[in-house]
Parts: sequence; structure tokens; C-alpha cells
Amino acid sequence: MTTDRTHAKRRRALTVTIGIALGIGALITAFPFLWMLTTAFKPQRESVTFPPTILPQAPTLEWFQMLFTELDFGRYLVNTILVVLIGFIGLMFMAMAGYAFAKFDFRGRKWMFFLVLATMMIPIQVTMIPTYLILNGMKLTNTLLGIALPTLVSGFAIFLFRQFMTTIPTEMLEAARLDGAGEFRTFWQIVLPMSKPILAVQIVLTFISGWNSFLWPLIIASDQKLYTLSVGLALLNQQLAVNPSLQMAAASVMVIPILIVFIVFQRYVIQGFALSGLK
Amino acid sequence: MRNRLTPYLFVSPAMLLLITFGIFPILVAAVISTTNMNISAFADWNNVEFIGIDNYTKLFADPDFWQAIGNTGLFAVFGVPAIVILSLGVALLLNHSQSRFFRSLRAFYFIPAITAIVAISLVWGYLYNTQFGLLNYLFSLVGVPQVQWLSDPILAKFSVALVAVWRGTGLNIIIFLAALQGVPKEYLEAASLDGAGEWKKTFSIVIPLMRFAIFFVSVTTTIAWLQFFDEPFVLTDGGPLGATTSASIFLYKEGFRLNQFGYASAGSIVLFAIIAVITLIQLRVRRADDDY
Repeated sequence: MTTDRTHAKRRRALTVTIGIALGIGALITAFPFLWMLTTAFKPQRESVTFPPTILPQAPTLEWFQMLFTELDFGRYLVNTILVVLIGFIGLMFMAMAGYAFAKFDFRGRKWMFFLVLATMMIPIQVTMIPTYLILNGMKLTNTLLGIALPTLVSGFAIFLFRQFMTTIPTEMLEAARLDGAGEFRTFWQIVLPMSKPILAVQIVLTFISGWNSFLWPLIIASDQKLYTLSVGLALLNQQLAVNPSLQMAAASVMVIPILIVFIVFQRYVIQGFALSGLK
Repeated sequence: MRNRLTPYLFVSPAMLLLITFGIFPILVAAVISTTNMNISAFADWNNVEFIGIDNYTKLFADPDFWQAIGNTGLFAVFGVPAIVILSLGVALLLNHSQSRFFRSLRAFYFIPAITAIVAISLVWGYLYNTQFGLLNYLFSLVGVPQVQWLSDPILAKFSVALVAVWRGTGLNIIIFLAALQGVPKEYLEAASLDGAGEWKKTFSIVIPLMRFAIFFVSVTTTIAWLQFFDEPFVLTDGGPLGATTSASIFLYKEGFRLNQFGYASAGSIVLFAIIAVITLIQLRVRRADDDY
């Protein structure tokens, strides 16, 4: 009996120790975000003082105002949202392709699916220059569509849709067809609602990657009017290296919506990431 | 007839995009890499000439290219084990208890993985600042003089890589946690009955069972380091003196700052070959491991 009790005690002590260590680790991991948020509200003088203050002594909203009045962050925000929305069209295309691969037998299916898998292995750096030239040939450089196009569809997402949609019972589709539903109606009213779990994951991931995308906006948008938040932010780094408060306010504008999405849809985000382990 | 066409209607928008922006560019890159194409091609395509393998010979004689490849190699050699061990360690610890507290901690470790790298890099740039950065302040408390986090060529490599490690662990922790769900509880219970401690159970049962996840994470992390771009781009722009110029930064600069499309394409083909070879080697090693 006594050995059992000391054993339980030791296990409890171990759990507490691990809990404390992980708690400290979590604080360290999250600290840069905390620092970003508090600095965003500090007057400039305070953000460059030595020693640094932890919390803003004289909190101010002037940097957020400046971003949206003197600087063009309102426009960057709209552009970013537009890029995300175009991304959702791509999501629809991928769901459609996944459905076709899952539920139809057609000539060329094998090699097309092979191409889908093959694109998963090609790094962006290899396609960066030719894609720019292709977009330039299509007169799409310096357009929002051009920014969104290169990453609009991903082989991995098509693969995930296909995997999920093969589990939809074919009888249900046949029943809908017998009732006279057209193919697109069947897809819209039966396949998509039944694919909700994977759709939710993909919607959240599409939002995150569209919102955060950096390389393509950087390459394709040469006109300031087309900058997304990420490019505007990177530019701020070069222009105003002396005003950390403004920079941190801008970084907050980019990070906070993602944090909110993460908190609300945490389950889907984590599922999506765990799925990428299947790749 | 209508039925025959249906799958093609469903598949074609995505396939067209995938072929245009996924497959076709590789062929274009291969072709351009044999030309002297640069910005003047936009004015007149007659300015583009076929020059065979000149770009490749020039590339292999370019010290900047070798520096970028060397840096990328260094990042991968130190970065891959750092990320794999750190994320595996944290995942094992997080999995120690299923209590509410432990579960809520997970979110903290994931957040860096989903936030914009540009924003994150700016924040780190501020932390690293020599004059008013928080890190130097903390160091000054223990008597360490000003540290040149981003302007010392050797230290800059470390500073830039640290941000990537910090960001890279979140995703892998999720993958490891998912894999840990697959470890059969009976094994662990049986080992406990035999008197095995936590340590022994972790190293003799859990880790061997997670071989596939560890392998998978190693491969994807290696590829990610070979494509390392955003952090050095924002923090140091590849400097000081090219110390943090990764292969991707080199390609970006040659391609989009100097507009040497032909030359940069040759570089991207070489990078592609390197990534392909390393991936194949890793798969081979894995297969040998399976046979055994």
C-alpha cells in the first residue's frame, strides 16, 4: 500500500513539474506577441527607451490611426480580404476536382491525379520566376488576380477532398440523379453539405494562407495600390526603422484577426495541420 | 453524352490552374535557364539568345551562389535536428497529462505557426534591436555588453534561424500529438506492470512506435529549411555580407532585383535537383529501415 501511495505522489510531482515547465515554455513562446501588443500602444519615445517598459505608461492609439489615415493600410486591408476571397473560389475548384476524382470514372483520371500529387513536391522557388513570366505574358502582373492565381489551387487540398469524398455513399448521388437533379445541383446540395468537416478545415486554412501570403504579393504587386498587408508591413521595416511602435501596431493589425480565427476555429486549424501529417 | 463530360467539367478549372502554375513553370524554367533572358526581353523578345549551359557554368563559378548553398546547408544541418527534437520533446510533455491545463497550453505553442511570418519577423527584429531591443536589455542585466544580434555575420545566422525554429515547432507538435494518439495504451500499461518507468517507456516504446511521424517531420522540415526565405528576407535581407543569404534569397535577388531571369532559373533548377535528391535519399534510408 505505502509503495503505491509514494508512487502516486511521485507521479503527481512529476506532472506538476512538467506542467510548470510547459507553462514557462508557453509564456516564452507567446511572449513576442505580448510584446508586440503592448508596444503598439506605447508612444514612440517609450518604445525606444532603455530600459524598456513592460506596459505602456501613456497608452495611445495614434499608431493605429496613423496606419489607416496617413498610411494606406485601409487599402492594404481591403486588398488582403480580396485575395482571401479569390482564394475561396479556388477552394470551390479544388472541391469540385476532388469530387470528380472520388466519384467519377473517366479517361485520364489516373494521370491527372498523378499530376495533382506531383505538384505537391515542387517548391515555390523553382516556379517563382517562370510563373512571374507566365503571369506577365497573360498581362496579370500588377493585378489582385495575378497575386492570387499562383497559389489558388494546391495538390494537397485536392487530395484531401478526394480522400474525404470517396466516403460519401454513391447511392445518395444516384438517388438525387433519379430525382432529376442536375450534376451541379447534386454537387451543391448533397456532396458539399456532406463534406462539411473537410470543408471547414479547408476554409480556415485557405483564410490563413491567403491572409498571410507574402511572396506572391511581393513579386506581383509593383503598384502601391495593390499591396497587401504583408507587403505594406515589410515595407514599413525598410522605411521607418526608428519607430517600433508604428511597426508593432501594423504587425498587430495583421496578427490579431488570425488569432481570433484561431481561437474561434481552433479545432479545425489543428485538424487541418494534423492532416498535413498524412501527406 | 452529358454524363461523359461531367467529370471533366468538375476537374478542369483546378487542373488548368495546376498545370499552368504547377507543372508548366518547371518546363519554362528549364528552357529559360539555357538563355540569357533578362528584363530587356520585355522590350523585345529578340534580345533573348540561346546560350546553352553557360548559366550553369557561371553559377558554379559564382562565390555568392556557393555562399548561399553553404548557408542553406548550415541552416538545414542545425535547424532540422533542433526543430525535430524540440517539437518531439514538447509533444511528449504535452501528452503527459490530458488535464484541462495541459490541453489549454497547446494553443500557445501552435500560435507562431499560423501567424504571418512578416509580422513575426518584425517583432523579432524589434526584440533583437541592438540599442533598444528587449534581449540586449535582459542581457545587460547580467552584465553582458551589447550583442549584435543581426549585424554580426555569425550571430546573425543564429538569430535568423532561431525565429524559424520558434515558428517551425508548432506545426510539428500537432503532427506528433496526432501520432501519439496512435500509440496503443495496452503497451504502456503492460510496461508499467513490468515496472518500467516513464523514461524507459518513452524511449523503448513510444519513440520507436513514432518512427514514421519522426521520419515524416524530418523530411518536411528538411525541405522547409532548403526553401528558407521569409525570416532572413525581412530581418536581414540576406546580410550582413551575405551571411544569411539562403538559396531562395539568392534566387529572389538574381531574379527580381537584378532581373537575370535566365541565370536565376538555372539556379532554381539546381535547387530543385538538390531538394529532389535529398528527398530521394531520405526515402531510401526509410525504406532500408522498413526492410530491417
